[in-house]
Amino acid sequence: MAVNTDFAGRTMPPAGPFAVDAALIAEFAAAVGASDPIHTDAEAARAAGYADVVAPPTMAVRFEQQSQAAYIGDPDAGIDFSRVVHGEQAFAHHRPIVAGDELTGTTTVTSIREAGGHAMITVTTELTDVRGAPVTTATSTIVVRGGE
Amino acid sequence: MSRNGIRNHADVTVGEQIGPVTVPVGRDTLVAYANASGDQNPIHQDEEFAKSVGLPDVIAHGMWTMGAASSVIADWAGDAGRVEQFRTRFTAMVPVPQDGSAIEIGGTVKDIDEDGRATIDVTATADGTKVLGRCVAVVRLG
Repeated sequence: MAVNTDFAGRTMPPAGPFAVDAALIAEFAAAVGASDPIHTDAEAARAAGYADVVAPPTMAVRFEQQSQAAYIGDPDAGIDFSRVVHGEQAFAHHRPIVAGDELTGTTTVTSIREAGGHAMITVTTELTDVRGAPVTTATSTIVVRGGE
Repeated sequence: MSRNGIRNHADVTVGEQIGPVTVPVGRDTLVAYANASGDQNPIHQDEEFAKSVGLPDVIAHGMWTMGAASSVIADWAGDAGRVEQFRTRFTAMVPVPQDGSAIEIGGTVKDIDEDGRATIDVTATADGTKVLGRCVAVVRLG
């Protein structure tokens, strides 16, 4: 089944809330070799001016991908996940994600481009906090390889 | 690790080099990353499965590589919360054989704006192959 280009421009219903806790931040920090104590030591984080331990810069991907699932997993979207390759990724943090955050992710399918039998899909997820304030804008481009 | 303090804009010059830093990656690293990120795609953990879909071996999550690169930049910044922007293309796979592999991360300061934000071109290679392309971090300096 081909990728459904009708989804371009569509915004999915908000996903979440995703609770961010200290244990998850510590686990992610360890996995990417992030040694800054603000990831694991609440006192160090507060001394640096943060409300609690701080997520590493790329941890937003966890909440981004959970937010995108409503699109990627929609059978009508026509995305065969076994043929998906991650092409590009970008994060713009309006403020760091910290433990205690409850994030909501709103995903928009920015563009769907077909070239050479492949489809390149760019998706933007706006992560916001409980007050609705922007936290992180995450943008990813995935390539869905065409059938051979 | 104790905190070394936030890197001050007055101490940074355009052209300054960061690293390179060699970061080892083993199969255990990828299992830990899968659990922390929620990306349980078996191509990152199961050699037999990876080979069955035409890959040379288990491959690292592209996002693990990006995460490892962000850790090097955050160490340089002295405060991980100051890495305000980070983007990349994924240009090549990082195969991770049974006995592990490594990536090399480096950076070059390309610009410092009036607000004290440094734009850094980040490089990542595995066995001499560039695995991240157009990788750029923006750090708010002290």
